[in-house]
Formats: sequence, structure tokens, C-alpha cells
Amino acid sequence: MDEIKVLLVDDEEEFVKTLAERIEMRNLGSDIAYNGEQALKVVKDEVPDVMILDLKMPGIDGMEVLRRVKKAYPDVQVIMLTGHGSDKDENEARQLGAYDYLQKPADIDKIVSTIKNAYKNKVQKSIMAATFAEAGEFDTAREMMKENGEKKKSVKSE
Amino acid sequence: MMTRAKSWLYTTIRHFLSIHKISDASSRYIILRRNITLIMLFVTIVPLTVMGAINHFQYQESLKNEVIEPLRVLLNKTRHSFHLFLEERLSMIRFISSAYTFEQLSDPATLNRLYRVLKNEFEGFVDIGLINGKGLQIGYAGPYSLENKDYSQQAWFQEVLIRDSFISEVFMGYGKVPHIAIAVQRVEHDGTYWMLRATIDTNKFDEIISTMEIDAKSDAFIVNREGLFQTHSRYYGDVLGKSPFEILQGAYETTIDETVDPLGREVIVAYASFEKPNFSLVVVKPKDIILRTWITLQGEMFFIFFASVFVIIMIVIKLSDVMVMNIKEAEERRENAIHELEQNQKLSAIGRLAAGVAHEINNPLAIINEKAGLMKDLVTYSPDFEKKQRFLDLLTSIINSVGRCKTITHRLLGFARHKEPRLEPLDINHLVQEVVGFVNKEMVYRNIDLRTEFAEDLPRVLADQGQVQQVFLNILSNALSAVHDNGRVSITSWEEDKRNVGVSIQDNGSGMTEKTIQRIFDPFFTTKKAGGTGLGLFITYGIVKKLGGDIKVHSRENEGSTFTIYLPKVNGETDKEKAE
Repeated sequence: MDEIKVLLVDDEEEFVKTLAERIEMRNLGSDIAYNGEQALKVVKDEVPDVMILDLKMPGIDGMEVLRRVKKAYPDVQVIMLTGHGSDKDENEARQLGAYDYLQKPADIDKIVSTIKNAYKNKVQKSIMAATFAEAGEFDTAREMMKENGEKKKSVKSE
Repeated sequence: MMTRAKSWLYTTIRHFLSIHKISDASSRYIILRRNITLIMLFVTIVPLTVMGAINHFQYQESLKNEVIEPLRVLLNKTRHSFHLFLEERLSMIRFISSAYTFEQLSDPATLNRLYRVLKNEFEGFVDIGLINGKGLQIGYAGPYSLENKDYSQQAWFQEVLIRDSFISEVFMGYGKVPHIAIAVQRVEHDGTYWMLRATIDTNKFDEIISTMEIDAKSDAFIVNREGLFQTHSRYYGDVLGKSPFEILQGAYETTIDETVDPLGREVIVAYASFEKPNFSLVVVKPKDIILRTWITLQGEMFFIFFASVFVIIMIVIKLSDVMVMNIKEAEERRENAIHELEQNQKLSAIGRLAAGVAHEINNPLAIINEKAGLMKDLVTYSPDFEKKQRFLDLLTSIINSVGRCKTITHRLLGFARHKEPRLEPLDINHLVQEVVGFVNKEMVYRNIDLRTEFAEDLPRVLADQGQVQQVFLNILSNALSAVHDNGRVSITSWEEDKRNVGVSIQDNGSGMTEKTIQRIFDPFFTTKKAGGTGLGLFITYGIVKKLGGDIKVHSRENEGSTFTIYLPKVNGETDKEKAE
């Protein structure tokens, strides 16, 4: 599973560095951004598979990053990981296509399993989309990629 | 001296009315009620009394005048009649003495004829006599034989010599009949003089008095200068008896006295004097007859006055009771509302603060968690070294402690995050029984007597199942911690009113002090020695309030506590309010 590219975005340097190290120890490739602008730049250079995103950051906050990334790269799986946040934030994030919403402090195993599930989900969607595309049904494929997050959410809530 | 007395009075009044604040609430209401009562009584009864008194005196005055004025008129009229009667007789005699000469009258035939005419034409003439200058009655006509009677030494004879005419007082004549005598003097050209004297009986006096139409209890009579009766008196004696009343002589105007007569009656004595002779006409009337109307009226007025005073006092007392009661209730309601508001505000402020703190702590907590986790990872993957196991244990301990902190912060956030409850109709009895099932094992183990009394056909409540379960579990757990082994816990449910269903959980455990009760809903407040987060009731309170219900505590130290929870019914009135 070495091929999963994870981007960690958090302004809390001590936290994010340590988390990155632990993720790498668990055989996942990780990159770090310390704020929203940096995160968007990194995503532009090299699109990650999964993004771990803090909500409250100086400058462009997590919600805005989520919105822009999902708009530009719908197949990036975004996991929110925050110490703040209410039901309202969670609902909004899921509406915008976040894959999951975790609260700090979170267990490392939980984080890792969520990353893996998110990646699996992405791959499945791509395969299905590819199948549809091969069959010539581009619209369905595109829609599938687009509504990815939302579908996920409705499945979750049931 | 004056100013000191003044300030003392002022202080006393102030103290009496207690204008300054009094801390003790119950005595404050008593004083308030007393003041209201006194002021209301003062402003109602004082004007009423003043008005009543003024009325009383005015009525008395005008009634007296109304009664006395006719009396005065009657007295004057009657006196006039007497006057007329006497003057008439006197002028008759005077006429005879002028029309006839001494010689003519000396003839007994003439005198007898005159006597007969007088007796027939004028009432009351008893006899008539001719008296010469020496006082000897030389001619007489009448029932008695009084010829040659010598009058020269009598007082009236001297008086006629001086005044030309005379009317005597009443005297008992021959035959014991009351009479008066009248006499005139005639002076001839040669200087000699003679007199004509007639006696008149006083029956006519009684007749005149009877025309006054005096009622049976009153009396009217004539007295002379010495206060001797000149006519018969109904109550006070016969002719020539002594009158018991003091009559002022020469009172030609009607005079009115109030006195007590010998029979012990309160009477009004009205009298007027004659000019000639020196008599007074007296009317005596008992007061109660004169003022009977007045006394009746007075009685009615007094009755009305006291009745209205009584009614006013009753109304004022009742009214001030009601007023003070209303004030008291309003103040209590206000205090309760303020208290509840304060409690709500305090809790929501604390809730916000707690959530804020939880948020802020979560980040460093996450760092500790990751650092400790990384250390543990590193230690785990490194080859064995001395004390490796010890390091692992320490790190596990750190991570576990972080886990405990996480539980607290997440519970706090759970309260503050305002998770929308999923409302559904719930059977409270069933739900409570389920919760009881969770703690049944402990109760059996500690031999706790659980008594449940569920109302049948209890309306279902609209609430979130999980939250309500949490509420009852929290309270039931507290009850179980409060009771000793072999203690008792009672659960009762009932329909409170149109809107709410009530459930109470009562224990006979240690109870709480007043101070504790005030703080039990505060976060982090706990009386448990170990293991209590102090969040149970804090969260319970938040949930119940969010569901539109209410929670009440009643507790007494060493007697036990009762928690009562009210939850809104399905289709209760709260539902409508929500829809609006």
C-alpha cells in the first residue's frame, strides 16, 4: 500500500510532524502543509489520494480548502480531523464532500484505517467510472466521480 | 424641647410605618398589610365620621327649631286670648261705671238687672259689688250676701286707689271655687270716688288652655309671680299649689328651658309672661315627645354609621389581605423567575466556557497523544534494551490518561454542540423500566428495595429515546449512590397537566444540603469521593431543557432526595408552540 499519497494539513506543527512520522511508519507516503495556501499549492503540484485536513487554521481555513480542492479535484478523499467544530461544521463538511469527520485526539489506528478505507473507496469509484467510460457512458462516469462524497455521506448516515 | 418632641414623634411614626427596609420578608408583609389597612381605614372612616357628626348637629338644630317654633306661636296666641278675655271683662265693668251714676247703681234693682245682663251676655261673672270711698260694699248682686263688707284694709283696694283698675290673682272665694276679682275706680267732679268690683270664676281659663290641644303627656298652666298655680295642672298640682319650675318673671318673649320635672322626665319648659296681671303661661312637654322623630332618625343614622363602619372595616381588611397576598405572590413568582433565569444563564455560560476550554485542550491533547504514540511506536520497533517494558508501560499510561481527558472533553462538547434531538413518541413507563434493567444487578446485589408506581394509560411523550434514557440513568445512578445498602428507591409516573408527564425518582438516602442543591447542576460539581466527573446532572439538565421539559429537586439532609422530571406530551400544547 506504499502507493497511497497522504497530505496532512494542520497549523499545529508539533502535531502534524509527529502524525506524519507515525503514518510513514505505517507504510503510507505523507506530505505536510502548515496552512491553507500551502496545502492548495501542494495539491496543485502533486494531487494526493487522501487529505487529512484541520478545520481551524489562519488564512484560508479548512472548510475553504475542502471546497476548492473538491471543486478542482473531485476524486481527492478528504478526512477532516479537528479539535473544534460542531454538528453544523460536520454537516457542512460532509455536504461539501468530506469522506469522514474525526475529532482530535484520535487514535492512530483509527486514522490509518480511515485513510485506507478512503483510498479503497476512491479506487473503487475510479474503476467503476473507468468501466462506465469504457462502455461509453461518460456522463454516468463523470457524475459518479462528482457525487462521490455526497453519496458516501448518505450511505453513512443510514 | 419642641423640636426634640417633634423629631421623636417623626421617628416613632417612621418606625411604626416602617418606611425603612426590613429584611425579614414575612414581617415585611405583615407591616405592609397593617399599613395599607390603617391608611385605607383612615381615609374612609375619618371623612365618614366628620360628615356624620356635621349631619348630626345640623339635623338636631333644624329639628329642634321645627318643633319649638310652633310651640312659641301657640304660647303667644294663648296668652293673647287670656289678655283679650281679661281686658274684655275689665272694660265691661269700666263701661258700667261710666254709664251709670253712683246713685243709679246704689239702687239694688238696677244693680241686680245689670248683674243678670252680665251673667247672661258674658261668661264667668259671679257677682258684682259697689263700694264707696271708705271701702264699704254698699251694693251687691250675686249668689252670696256680702252687703256692707268692708274692703278698706285689703291690698287690692289700695291698689285701685292708685291705679284706677285692678285684676287680682286667683283666690278661693266663697264656695271654694277659684276666682279672680276685677275692680275699677270712678272719681266724681266733687272729688269723691267709688268703685265697682266684679268676681269672675276661672273656668274660662281652663277652657282657653284646653283650646291649646296639648297632648296627654304634656301640661299647660298659668302661674303667678310667686310660682303658684293659677289654673289646674295635670301633673304638678292643683290651683294655688307651688309650681316646681323656676319661671323668670317679666319674660315677655317666649323663653324655653330644658330641665327634669318631679316625675323624672326630661322636659322642655316654654313660658311667656303677661303684663297685667303678673302671670306666666307655661307649657311643659316631655322631650321624648318633642324629639321623637329626632331620636328615631338619630337611631337610624347611628345604625347606618356603625353598619357602614363595620362593612368598611371588613372590606378593608379583606382587600388588604388580597392585595398583600397578590403582591407576595407576584414577588415570589418574580424571584423564582429570576432564579430560574440566573440558573439558565449560568449554565449556558458555563456550558460555553466548558466547550471553549474543551476545544482548546483538544489540540495540545492531540499533540501529547501523537508524541506519546510515536514514542511507543519507536520503542516497540527498537531492539530490546534495558527497561524497555517499563518505557512501554509508562507510555501506555500516558496514552490512557489522554484517553480519559478525551472522554471528558468529548462529553462536554457533546453537551455544548446542541445535537438536534430526534423526537419520537415514547412510552415513558417502558423506557424507565428498560433503564431500571441496566442497574438491576447492582440493586439486587445491594438488596435495594425498588418500588415502581406507573400511571396506566400514560400519554406518550415526544423526546429523543437515547437522551431520555441517559437522563433517567444519570438520576437513577445518583439515587443508588445516595442510598445505603437495603435502602429504598421509588419511581412514580403520572400525568401532570395538559402539557406534561411527570416522573419522580425518590430515594431515602443521604439527601443534600441547601448549598449542595444550588450547585448540583453546575458542571464539575460532584460530591462523589472518586470517579465522578461532575457532568452527569449538568448534561441531564441540558437535555431536559432542550427537550422542552423541566427538572425539579427536593431534598433534605439525611432524609433523601426526590428528582422530578417533566417531559412534554405528544400533541401537547408545547407542540403547537413549536409549530408557530
